[in-house]
Amino acid sequence: MDPTDRFKRTYFEECGDLLSSAEARLMSLGDDPQDGEAMAGLFRAVHSIKGGAGAFGLDRLVKFAHEFETVLDGFRSGKASLDLESHATLLRALDTLADLVQADRSGLVLLDNHEAAAAAELAALKSSLGLQRSGASPRSAGPGRVAEIEPRQKRRWRVRFTPSRDLLRKANEPLLLLRELRTLGAVKVAVDTSAIPDLASIEPDGMYLCWVLEVETAENEERICEVFEFVADDCEIAIEPLPPTSADGPEEPLPAAATALARATETDRAAQGAIAPVSGEQSTIRVDIEKIDRLVNMVGEILITQAMLSQQVAAVQGDVVPELAAGLSQMAAHARELQENVMSIRAQPVKSVFQRMPRLVRELSAQLGKEARVLMSGEDTEVDKTVIEQLSDPLVHMVRNALDHGIEMPDARVTAGKPRTGTILLSARHRGGRIVIEVEDDGAGIDRRRVLEKCVARGLVAPGAAPSDEEIDNFIFLPGFSTASKVSDISGRGVGMDVVKRNIQALGGRVHIDSKPGRGSRFTLSLPLTLAVLDGMIVTLGVERYIVPLASIVESLRPLPRDVARLAGSGRVMALRGEYIRLVYLAQVFGCADAVNDPCRGLVVVAEVENGLKVGLVVDEILGQQQVVIKSLETNYRQIDGISAATILGDGRVALILDLAGLGRVAEAADAAPTAPAALPPPTGSSPAVAQ
Amino acid sequence: MSVTEIDLAPARGQSMPAVQEAEASAQTDQFITFKVGAEEYGVDIMEVREIKGWTQATRLPNAPTYVRGVINLRGTMVPIFDLRARFGGGETEVTKTHVVVIVRVKERVIGILVDAVSDILSIDRSTVQPVPEMDGAEDAKFLCGLVSIEDRMVALLTLDRMFSLDRVDQKSLSAAELQN
Amino acid sequence: MSKRVLTVDDSKTMRDMIAFTLRQAGYEVVEATDGKNALEALAQSKVDCIITDLNMPEMDGLELIRRLRANAAYGATPILMLTTESDSEKKNDGRAAGATGWLVKPFNPEKLVQTVSKVCP
Repeated sequence: MDPTDRFKRTYFEECGDLLSSAEARLMSLGDDPQDGEAMAGLFRAVHSIKGGAGAFGLDRLVKFAHEFETVLDGFRSGKASLDLESHATLLRALDTLADLVQADRSGLVLLDNHEAAAAAELAALKSSLGLQRSGASPRSAGPGRVAEIEPRQKRRWRVRFTPSRDLLRKANEPLLLLRELRTLGAVKVAVDTSAIPDLASIEPDGMYLCWVLEVETAENEERICEVFEFVADDCEIAIEPLPPTSADGPEEPLPAAATALARATETDRAAQGAIAPVSGEQSTIRVDIEKIDRLVNMVGEILITQAMLSQQVAAVQGDVVPELAAGLSQMAAHARELQENVMSIRAQPVKSVFQRMPRLVRELSAQLGKEARVLMSGEDTEVDKTVIEQLSDPLVHMVRNALDHGIEMPDARVTAGKPRTGTILLSARHRGGRIVIEVEDDGAGIDRRRVLEKCVARGLVAPGAAPSDEEIDNFIFLPGFSTASKVSDISGRGVGMDVVKRNIQALGGRVHIDSKPGRGSRFTLSLPLTLAVLDGMIVTLGVERYIVPLASIVESLRPLPRDVARLAGSGRVMALRGEYIRLVYLAQVFGCADAVNDPCRGLVVVAEVENGLKVGLVVDEILGQQQVVIKSLETNYRQIDGISAATILGDGRVALILDLAGLGRVAEAADAAPTAPAALPPPTGSSPAVAQ
Repeated sequence: MSVTEIDLAPARGQSMPAVQEAEASAQTDQFITFKVGAEEYGVDIMEVREIKGWTQATRLPNAPTYVRGVINLRGTMVPIFDLRARFGGGETEVTKTHVVVIVRVKERVIGILVDAVSDILSIDRSTVQPVPEMDGAEDAKFLCGLVSIEDRMVALLTLDRMFSLDRVDQKSLSAAELQN
Repeated sequence: MSKRVLTVDDSKTMRDMIAFTLRQAGYEVVEATDGKNALEALAQSKVDCIITDLNMPEMDGLELIRRLRANAAYGATPILMLTTESDSEKKNDGRAAGATGWLVKPFNPEKLVQTVSKVCP
């Protein structure tokens, strides 16, 4: 079900409760007009109905509820007292409100003047009570802002940001403001530390810094103001336009050095020293990537050590010195910030990958006789260098695919009422600690009928099956799938979308398709910002703990014995909502003698291995989720089948990270020799010399 | 844990001139010796990074019995090899007094589980006896010589040979070389 | 690790929508039905950001903000209050009580995510 529909259903159910509670309160107010509690409850009920209505764009309901609420607020705040007549007005208003709710719920259309009488009564009551609430009239949530595609001229602005001493006490964080400002464009930061008092008189949560920021952005002044919206009352802010610098013209993007400089100055904003130079020479240094990697490693160590310390302090019950705990949690915050900063040194804008696409599209369009252009947004979004390197191939393939299979021939587009030139929109943005990249085209959308035919013809889908649209769309990720009726030399290169999906998954990412016939398709990639850490679920097998990459986990459950069945020669499967899922007994695969090794007493973690294939990992229990720092095992040992890397947990012990794709192959080998799975030699000729 | 956490870095630094002097004159090398049961083995001190008390290692799947698992050594994953098991003496039953000798073998850092560290010896190269040929004794390949000290016999280990015998290492080494 | 947000609202619709939207955006979400319930929830688990409605039974949003700001453990936790455009007085009260920022109802999901990421990225 569409989430909006689901929320709407919840909303109307809740409205039912709110209306009956409102009625009960209004009734008791009839008995005791002074009952403040009842009036407050009544106000809240109407307020909640209004709030939800606004979220769903039920404007008529919002408007009426707003009037009603205004009157109730007058009574609630004691500006007026409830008499018999006004009580009757409120009762009628409540009935009318119930009508409006019922109408929206059932889709009935009420007469235009249905609420007119009750509204007029409320208005009369309002004016007789002398109530006029401040603020604009209510509105419902409009559609999201439409992204502007035409690039505007960049301008430079100087922002003087002088926070008041109290800024931090409301948990506003200047660093976040600076970062947000950076999303508008390149920022040069200068900090004035002259107001910092000596240590004895410093207030720990006092704000003593002020900044002069230079931002180069295509956005307007209003947008810059918006960044400081929440702190406007707690600071002085002055924004002034600057003339374009003579060195680089207005259209020239700032060199990467400037961004790096901004980052560096921002990082050591608290460091000693007077105002950094705002203009003039940009000082950057080239640093060997290895040095940065060592730094990244060291920070990882600090985080682990810190987690270990915290765990040990928490384990000492009772008489821990409170300063110690406080100091530790402060250190944790510093360590995390340090990590973010160090990671940001490795971060690069996705621009470097995006920039290759216009040329690719121009060349391919010419070959295919199509007309298409590329639009980009968010190309300054930064992501770790390693992710960028891995992103290039999948993105090239997806853009090819959009042009080859999505965008129609110019004439066909005109016939369909579209512009001759197709558009491929590439966008990138950060969302919840991940980077989201979208490849959207305004082409024909996925031809579901043909996809299904192909799948049936290739035996990928049983004839007569009726998969949902979404399922059909996802078929294009099946291995070797291609809908082009002839193999073109564009997409038909033996590399299919299955490879794209596999590569993205290998990076801990996800791919999602949205396609509308005749309107186009959108592929959404969501990737971690770095490959140095991973979100994982910690599971146990006997005394050992393993990490399952969170991005691959579908669900976890404990099956009933009757849902687990043995298949001759190919291990065991679990029935789950009509689907059979192969069980991988990790304890057997890994040779853990002390594990439970029974899905019905332990747990099954259902994970997607590759190409939508799910397996059930049999584990003992789940300990929780954690972000872990990835450590190579190959540096000092070797690659292990079914294991991608290792990490260090809070207690300093090592835990191994599962390689789900590799695990599938190991498990198959183990299933093939069920008699002694644990003793099975690794398949690659790396068998131990101990056998000799 | 409290017993043995010896960082050899300063000690090694001090001994450097001594070793060089010795080399110039009488070709002596320094060896760290340790015990496994009644036997005593030695490794070139230049290969030893540090010695630490036994900490529980995380088991590695499908590893040979002499691979005890992997530990966290200041952020790197270090595999621990059980010397007793390597020589076919079965898995060591570890206690708090057991010791791990961290050594560098070619490009890798590994740990060797032994019963105890016994001595640091300066050994004159000329006193090192060759290992006698024994029929079918794989163990001999891991040794580069025998030394008699007073009434004891110390077997000197060649670590790179010992662990390059694991095809384990060859395979991933060549992969690593390809990358470099 | 994903950031954890506590949403405090007596309306289940609101809680559901906020929780759904934020979870989609990668946040972890804890829910509470009013100020009192929020304090209980906070005793159980730490959060990185709090979104609270102002009008609630038991303990309203203003009181909740005041109590949290009086507690050193939550001195630096961003708190967003849900207000309506007609409620500028309430907004000022909330600011005075120590709210970090506000979100004007009704809002669309993009605005919600954008505002939360402003104070708790």
